[in-house]
Amino acid sequence: MARMKFVCDSERCIECNGCVTACKNENEVPWGVNRRRVVTLNDGVPGERSISVACMHCSDAPCMAVCPVQCFYRTEEGVVLHDKDVCIGCGYCSYACPFGAPQFPSQGTFGARGKMDKCTFCAGGPEENGSQAEFEKYGRNRLAEGKLPACAEMCSTKALLAGDGDVVADIFRTRVVHRGKGAEVWGWGTAYGSQTAGTPTNGVTK
Amino acid sequence: MRRLPATVALVSALVLLAACTEKPQTNAHGVRLDAAPWTGTGTKPDTGTAFTASGWQIGDRSSWEQHLKTRAQNQNEYNRIN
Repeated sequence: MARMKFVCDSERCIECNGCVTACKNENEVPWGVNRRRVVTLNDGVPGERSISVACMHCSDAPCMAVCPVQCFYRTEEGVVLHDKDVCIGCGYCSYACPFGAPQFPSQGTFGARGKMDKCTFCAGGPEENGSQAEFEKYGRNRLAEGKLPACAEMCSTKALLAGDGDVVADIFRTRVVHRGKGAEVWGWGTAYGSQTAGTPTNGVTK
Repeated sequence: MRRLPATVALVSALVLLAACTEKPQTNAHGVRLDAAPWTGTGTKPDTGTAFTASGWQIGDRSSWEQHLKTRAQNQNEYNRIN
């Protein structure tokens, strides 16, 4: 199995925020924290694009590299998780993350940071799988229930894809081939071997 | 004396390139790790809960992986409606 990955298809995202709502509901995310957000570029301008952003579970995670108390760990499936019992709420991970994934509840006295909270790929945390303690700290453990993250499974247009990296990449590639455009996106050559691999030409896939 | 420039160049290269290394990002020693997801969420071994999806054998890694791959294909509507 490859690593678990998210992919958001900006051609399909309609900025409905269903993924945000699904995440908040499924994991009972605390007030003031959004593990997932929808970001819109060129809002209101024809051709605007939206994309759903959360923790990307990086293969070389900056949050993991800068954490002074080493509360992060990576599972065999490539999901980056953290231990809230170890987190000291320093905020280094928040500054290091290019996606703004680590967030902090802000209802503490004098705005004091609480324990960091972030997307878990619906995989819970180091507590016992499916336990009440795990749910209260990290939310639902859908992976251990044989399910995929709620945000992606709830996405109405299937813009947000989640799952095994190979499967997700294959689904996205199929879409691009059917659309007849999209292979020019940055990173296509890295993902599929060459800049022209999978590019539709006169209805025939190379 | 002829070795001096080469030595200087070698030492300079080592100093200048010292920051170009990348250490492998493995889990730190002593970090509390999670139980494997294919072990399920039940309170007893090899049991699930009412929330556990059907179609896979709890405790069987390959069964869990195959189930998730199949489930991920539900996101591919070209398989479903076209």
